[in-house]
Parts: sequence; structure tokens; C-alpha cells
Amino acid sequence: MFSLGFTRPQLIALAVMVAVIAIAPMAVYPVFMMKIMCFALFACAFNLLIGYVGLLSFGHAAYFGMGCYLSAYAAKHWGFPAEICVLLGGIVAAAMGAVFGAIAIKRQGIYFSMITLALAQFTYFLCTQMAFTGGEDGIQNVPRPFLLGFLSLSNDMAIYWMVAVVFLVGFLAIFRIIHSPFGQVLKAIRENEPRAISLGYRVDDYKLLAFVLSTFIAGAAGGMKSLVFGIASLSDVTWQASGQIVLTNLLGGMGTVFGPVVGAVIINTLEFYLSPFGSWVTITQGLIFVACVMVFRRGVIGELGARFKVAL
Amino acid sequence: MEISRRSLLNTVATGAAVSALPLRRARAQAKPVIKIGVLNDQSGPYRDTGGTTSVVCTKQAVAEFASQMSGYTVEVITADHQNKPDVGAAIARQWYDQEGVDMIIDVPNSGVALAVAGVAKDKNKVHINSGAATSDLTGAQCNANIVHWTYDTWMLAQSTGGATVKAGGDSWYFITADYAFGHKLESDTTDLIKAAKGSVKGSSSYPFPGTTDFSSFLLQAQSSGAKVLGLANAGGDTINSIKQAKEFGLTMDIAALLMFITDVNALGLDVAGGLHLTESFYWDLNDKTRAFTKRILPQSPDNYPNMDHAGCYAGSLHFMKTINKMGVAAPKASGRDIVTAMKAIPTEDDCFGKGSIREDGRGMFNSYLFQVKKPAESKGKWDYYKLVQTSEPAQAWRPLNAGGCPLVKA
Repeated sequence: MFSLGFTRPQLIALAVMVAVIAIAPMAVYPVFMMKIMCFALFACAFNLLIGYVGLLSFGHAAYFGMGCYLSAYAAKHWGFPAEICVLLGGIVAAAMGAVFGAIAIKRQGIYFSMITLALAQFTYFLCTQMAFTGGEDGIQNVPRPFLLGFLSLSNDMAIYWMVAVVFLVGFLAIFRIIHSPFGQVLKAIRENEPRAISLGYRVDDYKLLAFVLSTFIAGAAGGMKSLVFGIASLSDVTWQASGQIVLTNLLGGMGTVFGPVVGAVIINTLEFYLSPFGSWVTITQGLIFVACVMVFRRGVIGELGARFKVAL
Repeated sequence: MEISRRSLLNTVATGAAVSALPLRRARAQAKPVIKIGVLNDQSGPYRDTGGTTSVVCTKQAVAEFASQMSGYTVEVITADHQNKPDVGAAIARQWYDQEGVDMIIDVPNSGVALAVAGVAKDKNKVHINSGAATSDLTGAQCNANIVHWTYDTWMLAQSTGGATVKAGGDSWYFITADYAFGHKLESDTTDLIKAAKGSVKGSSSYPFPGTTDFSSFLLQAQSSGAKVLGLANAGGDTINSIKQAKEFGLTMDIAALLMFITDVNALGLDVAGGLHLTESFYWDLNDKTRAFTKRILPQSPDNYPNMDHAGCYAGSLHFMKTINKMGVAAPKASGRDIVTAMKAIPTEDDCFGKGSIREDGRGMFNSYLFQVKKPAESKGKWDYYKLVQTSEPAQAWRPLNAGGCPLVKA
């Protein structure tokens, strides 16, 4: 069947999501919608690791941020077309992910998380010091490149459709990954790693491949963000950005397909409408986080799914 | 299954509706509205040099000009850019796109300012910068949509740096805020020192924002053997560095290259007394500046206006005068045309007196070198400055053809 492994409820949810993406720009500020999609894709990439392999990478902003920088640099200084900029962001992030992942997966649990955090902080330091990132200023006034070399993206709606397509492709790719035989092995590793080893799987190879895939998508999401906003800066490589993506997943529902998307919508909407009140953003996020782990530990989508006994 | 589908639809629909609601505000007004956005640091190291007093001064300009507005009203909105270029650029983009903002004013922090200037150019709106220092705004990165009103790194280096070198300070060590502003101020001052056959013994850059302990940099400065400690930083950072330098008993002369009266107030005269600094406005300069300050003080009693604040007032005033001339539709049609007209009309206001705006966007006013009074010399509240030297516009600012601004025809 054409269902690609989607169950009926998932197909419906997917249809709703596509419809919202198609209709939303008429009612909502398109740049805001694009920001949500970039962070949603980033959250989905993170979810691939935490939700389906059980790896808590606490430094995922390093890959997202590096994607931002590379894509911005390629657009500004090399004049590459948009799709190449985004791809380049993904590829560089994946290359970093391959190296960092190879080091980090040697350890489990909290040690894995701490290694990823340490390497991310190392990346942050490099970003403050290296000349090409522009340090505290970031890479500014990045011109919106042309898509495929000739389609202008300077109009917000033009780049909106590009972001929407990249987001959906990334989203479906992750969906395919977790429902493929490869994804089944990942879930087996999450449930019981020694057992997966005893069944003959080379667990480390699987983990590393999942890590690289996740960092590639995170980098591509970052690459899109810097093209949308025309700026790549340190905020995207900070550990706070890494923390925020963990919160996004917790809130939406780890290990659910749509959870990270819903989480990204909630977090970014809060940030957008609370921004005039300054520090209230972080206070509200903190309160929501507390409420989330106390009251609905499976996240919004996780709880909904459990309530109605469907996997979303 | 049926329930789940519905509930899911409901959730998503509610989410979409909630996120859309605040944007559907009624825009219908009797008169056309011109919107001015004050974008600055309201919580970090520059909250006193800019912050709410900038908002007060902008609103004051609007209130004073209200009777002369021909068929429009002006609304002022404000936001905190947290000294992050990406936050500043995102707010500017949203203001120009969504909120109908016609002009953004203030924007201290050179990193944020350069980002906002780029957005203003993209969207063809107006940006009048009062708070940021980098001379790149009217130099290599100038564009036709911005006016740089109050001061810049070249003028500071020339005035404060020049006076220090003249007084015998020919070897320097810099402590520099590690972003666009700090580096530009350091390099503009270095050019001046080199031209006067002086030398720079070294420099330390520190992460901005977030550095509060300057002791290791001060020790490096002391051990470099230089005569002058050049502070290429601003606001809370300058205050902290000077305080800590005094606590360490640093024996070097301090050149606080960018200092506002608000910083002097925070330091106290027993610490700051004797320092030289440069501003293009001082509240006690003449009758007009005193009258202006008297109007501002009821709304900002604990923070006297400095040159950044005065620039917000004067810049907004000049912007509104230009709209009177060009018509209320002009700023919505093209920010570039408004800025071009602003350059053609001479400026006049209580803070900066008579002046003009040069073709590269540089505001041309007097700059003043002050010395901070010793506690015994100060007669009253905020009586802090002695005027040492006045520079006419032609001497105060970087020559038109030396900045490398593409707008200037060779």
C-alpha cells in the first residue's frame, strides 16, 4: 500500500499537519511559521536518537548551529544556491556527528550525554574564536540565495514553500527510518541493548549511523534557519539551545512521530508571544517543564496517544 | 478511533487559532499611524545608557511634535534585543513586516545594529541609530536606509584618544569587548596612536556579554608596561573595569574611550573624577539642553539623559519633520526616500543645536571633550562634567571619503 507504514490515525494527523502548513501563512506571520518548521525538524532529528535509540545527546545544538554557520557562509561568501547551502549545512553537521558520535557511543547513559555536552561546548568555543563565524557578531546580512540557481527566495512566501518541502521531506525520511528494519533494530537497542548484542547485531554501528542521520537532519534544519533569518549567530550553538530541544521533545512526547512537531509549536509560540515580557519566557518554560514531568510525563502527543490507544 | 480523530483535529485547530489570534488586531484607525520602534538593551549591560530613558525621550519627541503632525499620529513601541544580533534582527524583521513599524531607533550594540541595518535595507524602511558606536555603519557597511545620529568610534578615538596621546600617553594596552564595537573602537584608536607615533603594547579581548571579572586582563595590562589602559568597551563593562582597576591600584592612566554620564553616575565622582571622555550632548551644556532635561526628568528621575538618549529624541524629531514634508504615505512607500530627504533637510533641536546629515548617513554635530569633576568641584546632582574642548563637525567626524562608504561618489 501507499501508506508508507503510516497507520490510519497517523495518516490523518499527517494530513492535518500538511493542511496547517498550507493554510497557516494566510493567518500567521510566515517567518514565524518557518521558524517553527526549522525547530520542529531539529526536534524530530533529536527525537530519532532519544525516542528510538534511547540516546540522550545533550549537545545537539552544536550540529544545528554548525549547519546555520555553514549555510550562511556558503550563501554569503560563495554565493551557492539555496539547496546546496542547506545540504552543505547537513553534510558538515553529519561529518561532525560522525566524529563526535564515534567518541560518544563508547559510553552509555549519563556518560554518553556528558561527552556529547562536552564536545558541544568545545564546538561553541571554536565558534566564538574562529574567524569565519564572526564571533559575537555572527554571520550577518546573509542574502537569500536563489533556489536551484534561478528561483528568487527574497519573497517570504517563496522561501516558505521551500522550507515546508524540506521540513516534510525530513519528517517523512525520519518516519521511514524508524519504520524500516533498521529502525526496528534501533528500537531493539533502546529496549534491551545486551539482548540486541546477543542476537548478533553490531550495536555500535547502528548507534553511530542513527547519530549521523540525526546530525545530518539537525544541520539541514539549521541551514534553513540561517537562510530564513539571514543571520547565523552564537545563540544557536549554546547549551541553552541544546536544552531547549530536549524540553521541546519532552513536552511534545518523546518517541512519538508528531510529538516533537507539537512541542516545537508550543515552545516557539510561547517565545513569540511572551517576548515583550523578557524573562517571563524562561520562567513560563520552566513552569511548563515542571508541569510536564509531574502531570503528563509522556508529553502532549504521548498522552493523547495513550488515552486513545493509538500510536501517533 | 472516531474520538481520537476529532480530538486530534480539535487540538491542532485550537493551536492554530490561538497562535493566529493576537495577530488579528484591529488596524483601522481614524488617522494614519506612523510607528516608531525603540529597540535596545533593557536588561543587560546597556540598560542605563539606553534602556527605558531612550523610550521616554522618543515619546517626548512625539508628544512635543504632536501639534505639528499633518494628518497622522505616531505610536511608539519598544523591545529588548538582549544584545543578541539574531534576536535583534528577528524583532526588526517582524516589526517591519507585521507590526507596521516605519522606523527603528536607538539599537545600541554594534553587532545588533549592523544586523538591523541590513534588515532595514532589505525591507526598505528607516533605521536611525543612536546607541551603537561602530563607524562601519557609515563606512564599509553603510546603506541608504540608515542614519547614524549620535556618535561613533572614529569620533571617540579622535577626541578622547587624541587628548590622551597629546597629554603624553604614547604607549597603550587595550581591554576590548569581543564584538564589532570593541574591535572597531580599538582599531580606530590604534590608527590614531600610530599616526601620532605612539605604540600599542598589546590587547585582551573578553567575551561579551557576560564578563564581570576583569582582573586577569588588568594584570596583563599592568605587566605590559604600557602607560595608558584603553578601555574599548561600554556601559556596565566600563564601570566594572574602572572599579576593578582602582581596587587593584592600577598605576596606568585610564582612557575610557566610550563613557556616558550614566556610567559616571554609577561609578561615583571619587572613582571617576579626573577621567576624560567624549559625548556629543551634555544636559548642562546650555539653556536649551537644560530645558530639554527638565522636560525629561519627571519621566526618568533617576537617569539623566545622555547623548544616546538625546539622539533618540533628536532623531525622532527630525524623522517626523521629514514626514511632514514628504507626506504620510512616504515612509510606507520607501524608507530610502525618507532617509534621502532627511539628509537634505538641516537638523535643529534642543539637544544638538543646528546640524545636518551627511550623504553617508553620518549626523554632523559638535563633539565635546569633557573632564569628570572631582567630588569637591561638583555643585549638585549630576553636575559631573567640565568642558575641555569643543570640536566643530568638520573636525569631529571622519572625513567623508575616508570611510569607504559605497554611497559616497568618489
